[in-house]
Amino acid sequence: MNDGKMSETKRLWKTFIQNRTAFVGAVIALIVVLIAIFAPFIAPYDPLIQDVYNRLLSPQGGHLLGTDNFGRDILSRIIYGARVSLLVGISSVLIGMVIGTSLGVIAGIKGGKLENLIMRGVDVLMSFPNLIMGLMVMAVLGSGMGKLIIAIGIIMAPRFARIAHGPTLAIKEQDYITAARALGFGDLRVIFRHALPNILGEVLVMGTLWTATAIRIEANLSFIGLGVPPPTPTWGGIIREGMDYLSNASWISLFSGAAILITVLSFNMLGDGIRDIIDPRTTHGK
Amino acid sequence: MQAIFDTQRACTVFDEGEAVTGYLVRRILLCIPILLAVLTLVFLLVRVAPGDPAVAALGDYASKEAVEALREKMGLNAPLYVQYFQFLSGLLHGDLGKSLITSRPVAAQVASAFPYTLELTASGILLGSFLGIPLGIFTALHRNAMFDYLGRLFSLVGLSVPAFYLGILLILLFAIKLELFPVVGGGNLSDLGETLRYLFLPALTLALIMMSYITRMTRSSVLDILNEDYVRTARAKGLRERLVVYKHVLKNALLPILSVIGMFAIVLIGSSVMTEVVFSRPGLGKMLVGAMKQRDYIMLQSIMVIFSSLVVLINLLTDLAYGFIDPRIRYE
Repeated sequence: MNDGKMSETKRLWKTFIQNRTAFVGAVIALIVVLIAIFAPFIAPYDPLIQDVYNRLLSPQGGHLLGTDNFGRDILSRIIYGARVSLLVGISSVLIGMVIGTSLGVIAGIKGGKLENLIMRGVDVLMSFPNLIMGLMVMAVLGSGMGKLIIAIGIIMAPRFARIAHGPTLAIKEQDYITAARALGFGDLRVIFRHALPNILGEVLVMGTLWTATAIRIEANLSFIGLGVPPPTPTWGGIIREGMDYLSNASWISLFSGAAILITVLSFNMLGDGIRDIIDPRTTHGK
Repeated sequence: MQAIFDTQRACTVFDEGEAVTGYLVRRILLCIPILLAVLTLVFLLVRVAPGDPAVAALGDYASKEAVEALREKMGLNAPLYVQYFQFLSGLLHGDLGKSLITSRPVAAQVASAFPYTLELTASGILLGSFLGIPLGIFTALHRNAMFDYLGRLFSLVGLSVPAFYLGILLILLFAIKLELFPVVGGGNLSDLGETLRYLFLPALTLALIMMSYITRMTRSSVLDILNEDYVRTARAKGLRERLVVYKHVLKNALLPILSVIGMFAIVLIGSSVMTEVVFSRPGLGKMLVGAMKQRDYIMLQSIMVIFSSLVVLINLLTDLAYGFIDPRIRYE
């Protein structure tokens, strides 16, 4: 039995290594995560320390990615900015995943009026483009990291509810669920033993892909000035600060934007690759 | 015998017409509760947002009496349900209220900004589809060739890049370095040449994003069709490859693509907000962000109503397109 499980794990790992998209995405995402965790050890300067004598320095030996209009080291600010992006991206997706998946599964299992109420609520929330929904929620909550995580979590939850709802409906009609019901098993057992394990793969794949979306939404809100307030460095915030210096110090915005692009790309590659491994019928990446 | 066939055909046509009308009516009716729920959500969110709209209009140093008088005038002291019905009634009469900052009617300001957003989003969708569909077909037909890898990489990068960063890259290259296009602004809409000059870079930003979505979907759709039995049969009976591709593959692959363009258009509405901010285009997106920062709740509420209604409308059109393309949906 254990051997069977081991060989299955080995097979999946081998498929993962062989899928270049997933592997490269995972490696880059891992590097970004490590950079965020070990930021204090990697960053050459304090990201908040201003140095008026070294304002708007172009990339050079002492400052590999240059400095901004306050003389702050761009590389250090980008390294610390990874913390905000990843923390907000991953936490908000986790919140959205837990709330949304629970609602989708409950709607599917319970059916009737509750299902109608939940799924129509999902329809309403999904009638707003992501960014506009984010703006609305931030208008109510105000700015700050925790509020940003909640706002993006609210954007993500209906998506997960929709992903979880469909398969739950299909599972509900299966003979083994009817048998489980006949044996007197309640909703909770059906949800945890049968529904969740069956939809978890899809939910996790979408979670990876939507982490990329969440990081992008965070960058958008920070760029507008509605994300984590200064002086905490955020990638979107650094780009906004560099907008006034595009013609003479484009490096401020360029490198920070590249950090967003690389990180979002890595999560998209990872999610895409895993989806191909789990469901080889998909032809996105093949 | 012929009469029986004619009667059968007439019945089928009648059933078909009835099914189409029924589907149209059902789908349009379904929009009403969703739209109402969306409007209610916008109304409530704006009401629970921190800060008093009267204070926002008069400034932090206004006297209590002045604030109270303005609250009364704006109807903010009325019970919530009265405010709600006033809000809905105003919408039905095209009255969106007055801006808290400029005191001008919001409807007039929105009407002057809307064309900028419409031309930007429409040109982004059209240009993106025009470029993305052929690229998607080409990459699918040359699967695993170098061009296919490059096409896939382009799609993934396009899906990952934030619109505002792509806009900045285009500004740096085409406006600052090459000085081919103006950096910011919307131009005068009555001057076509000027409009196009101001529109080009923002539209290209959205088009590149749209193109990456469409390329990916088209490639995937064409690959799915290439695996169908009827394509194999067409090849097996000796049909020339060009005929197989044009008659069997493209026709069947493109229909779903055309209907999902609506879905991507919704994504593009969000991107258009950021594009307008970067390029300082005087459209609805820039107005929305401005209203957020200035806490102009009346303006905020109105623009959100417009954006969310647009999404409900696009969803309706997409569903109707699906219904016309795939008759099975009409009979469900």
